[in-house]
Amino acid sequence: MNARSLVLVALLGTSLLSSFASAETIALRGATVYTAGPSGTLQNATVIMQDGVIAAVGKDVRIPAGARVVDVAGQFITPGLIDAYGRLGVTEVDGEAATVDESAKGLPYSAAFSVAEAIEPRSQRIQVNRAEGITSGLVAPEASMDSSGLGPVIAGQASFLRLKPGMAIDVRTPVGFVFTYGEGGAALSGGARSAVLLRLRALLDDARDYAAHREAFNNGARREYTATRQDLEALQPLLAGKTPLLAEVHRASDILMLLKVAHEQHLKLVIIGGAEAWEVAPQLAAAKVPVVLDVFENLPSSFDMLGATFENAARLNAAGVEIAFAYAEHYNPRNARQLAGNAVAHGLPFDAALAAITRNPARIYGVGNTLGTLEVGKTADLVVWDGDPLETSTLTTQVYVGGEPVPTTSRQTLLRDRYRTPRGAVPPAYVHPTAK
Amino acid sequence: MKPYSLLAALSGGLLVACAAAPVAKPPAPTAAVAAAPAVVAPTPQPPAYASTYRPMPAVSTLLRGATVLTGTGERLENADVLLVDGKVAALGQGLAAPAGAAVVDAKGLWVTPGIIDAHSHLGVYPSPGMRSLSDGNEATSPNTAQVWAEHSVWPQDPGFGAALAGGVTSLMILPGSANLFGGRTVTLKNVAGRSVQDMKFPGAPYGLKIACGENPKRVYGEGRKMLPSTRMGNMAGFRNAFIEARKYRDDLAKYERDRATKPDAQPPTRNLQNETLAGVLNGEIIVQNHCYRADEMVQMLDLAKEFGFRIGTFHHAVEAYKIADVLAANGTCSAMWADWWGFKMESLDGIRENIAMVDAAGACAVVHSDSDVGIQHLNQEASKAMAAGRRMGLNITPEHAITWLTRNPARAIGVADRTGTLEPGKMADVTVWNGNPFSVYALAEKVYIDGALVYDRHDPAKQPITDFALGLTPAGGAR
Repeated sequence: MNARSLVLVALLGTSLLSSFASAETIALRGATVYTAGPSGTLQNATVIMQDGVIAAVGKDVRIPAGARVVDVAGQFITPGLIDAYGRLGVTEVDGEAATVDESAKGLPYSAAFSVAEAIEPRSQRIQVNRAEGITSGLVAPEASMDSSGLGPVIAGQASFLRLKPGMAIDVRTPVGFVFTYGEGGAALSGGARSAVLLRLRALLDDARDYAAHREAFNNGARREYTATRQDLEALQPLLAGKTPLLAEVHRASDILMLLKVAHEQHLKLVIIGGAEAWEVAPQLAAAKVPVVLDVFENLPSSFDMLGATFENAARLNAAGVEIAFAYAEHYNPRNARQLAGNAVAHGLPFDAALAAITRNPARIYGVGNTLGTLEVGKTADLVVWDGDPLETSTLTTQVYVGGEPVPTTSRQTLLRDRYRTPRGAVPPAYVHPTAK
Repeated sequence: MKPYSLLAALSGGLLVACAAAPVAKPPAPTAAVAAAPAVVAPTPQPPAYASTYRPMPAVSTLLRGATVLTGTGERLENADVLLVDGKVAALGQGLAAPAGAAVVDAKGLWVTPGIIDAHSHLGVYPSPGMRSLSDGNEATSPNTAQVWAEHSVWPQDPGFGAALAGGVTSLMILPGSANLFGGRTVTLKNVAGRSVQDMKFPGAPYGLKIACGENPKRVYGEGRKMLPSTRMGNMAGFRNAFIEARKYRDDLAKYERDRATKPDAQPPTRNLQNETLAGVLNGEIIVQNHCYRADEMVQMLDLAKEFGFRIGTFHHAVEAYKIADVLAANGTCSAMWADWWGFKMESLDGIRENIAMVDAAGACAVVHSDSDVGIQHLNQEASKAMAAGRRMGLNITPEHAITWLTRNPARAIGVADRTGTLEPGKMADVTVWNGNPFSVYALAEKVYIDGALVYDRHDPAKQPITDFALGLTPAGGAR
């Protein structure tokens, strides 16, 4: 990278998606460009990145004087891929609690808990996944059970993180409130789904009451609430319908119940998981509720997922439901494109599959005005591939975040280079491959 | 999304160990091993727990005009594959169809040996993942060499059918990796059965699942304050068990020598744990060793040296690339994921090139799943490994990479003399793909096991539905 910024640009509670200006204007010339936007797919096209944004994209664009021209003929360009539901930056090694900041046990807080301030931008996971095409992601907290066997009804705030190299953290919070329903949610509320909804309604009722009577509350002249002041305050964007409830749920009947609750409470809703969502696709489409799903969840892994099928994505899309793909194993969001490829194999049109890992997650999390497609004026997060971007045999050749090239090397490629030659007289510890 | 999968894995539920090596001699029939130390029964009844597998009804089949990856490293274009009497009868161009044969126009299709997964927990950790169906880890003692995975396998796991739709024709089911000695593995044909006996691969050798590293020391040391709580504790646990097993084996051998001449000779009291370990010492049971780190694999090779056995396969083997030369010299296979890494400390150094680098060193490379999801697309995992290898300059062709999914896993589980390649005389275990199987868009179209069409993507009547899934299979589409 060019400059090493030491500026911490995390501005919690605000939208901060403007990029650092890149020093260099770059023209990528001659590729097949999947814009994921209104222009569709462009053959033999050029993309110009200037001041961190896309200055031009098309077949006949003028290359500005002084631009660095990169010949990418025969290659393929997509918008930067988005991890539509993950833990990038807050979990490094799942098995080692000391490296995991996605949840806090026994905390008196719920909706106020935000993962944003814990983000480690130099995470190896970020390095590895960014080098393979992931340029931003949703970072979600996870509810955990306390010693009494209960967990929070809202796990906390989810953040949207752009994977810029260096110490600068470009994160937007909150972009959603994580809510676990179905059998997982029931387990956090004593074992019954109805208890989850009881707690949710009580919480939202308290948050409304609090907002209407802040002064009385501060004077101790209001009834006791089920949550802390910080939580009630944090929930206001949810109540305003601005920030969605990210509901982890699979069972079709549960989804219908949440549609009802969201309607009654005036909440914006996003379904996370949704293995049986296809069974209620018309209702989801009518309510304009998107589904973030894992294409590989095709087995009846639980009684909430008896209707799981590989065709979930294709059926939802055909019914007009907006979909995004998130890979269940949070250390490998780079495999989101494998999900997209498999969805295509099971009936989803290619363009819809690409949108599910670019345009749609950006829109769902409120950053669609700057990210998710290759259009003039949008942030220059993009990936150059050596083949069909959804193919498992395809690899990245270049990755840009905010118009700047990011390393396509990582600790993994260093390990490879250390051990690639047969062992000589010198131990591997004396082989020092360098990052590019 | 899938909040339980990784947690289950970390709690020892799903972390399984890996596998076995090529056996020097033809493996003993499974049942013979089990019955070995017992008093010889005079009746010719089949031994207990024997396979009752019978191939499904089959007609001769001619697959015509396909791209064929033989599993022996060859690729044939526009070639025919003839299956007769459950065996591969011939490969070539312009083969004649025998009378009554089914002729499949396979132009544009690809034909490979059936995929073999050397590392699966289907049936022992089935779908649905209910507590009451969780039968993969007898996590009550660091040494449970006495348990057999086949006694846990639930044949109604819908995962078997999903794996079949992914082209998988044979698979080895292992106990989990909570224990140093997890128990015996069982190799299955991926066929629907009322019992596991109906699925058992006839004559396949047993394996013994053992586990290095984090899991045993966490489950026992951290969880129960007992040995092992360290990696040195792991090694002591292995060594003590083999010292006892050696005595058991020697006592048994002495009894066999003496019984003709000494009427009062007594066999040692039958001990299931030592019976299995003695089977390892005798070379009849293949060691399938869950082991991530390079340094620990080297320790395990020394353990094998100390007690005179061989390690068939290191499973997971996330750091195999660091000692690929050592693995090649020992003839030990590595069964690996394409890109799993970083979910626990011992997986932190996982790299995309692992499989390709092990292969390039001349060692036996196997792509395994350890997952009810991964087993459905092992071809895609091999595709990733192939791409990573090519990026570092290795020339890996599809006809070579298919061996990671067929011939090499067959070798790892000890059935390479019967399946894993398309050669005349081999079992007619065949997968027909609708395109290049190393494409993410490719799907298995037809699957044959012992010559019988056991799966057809376009014919619902030719798709098995387990009892559990009956009535659940989502309308109008494949699972």
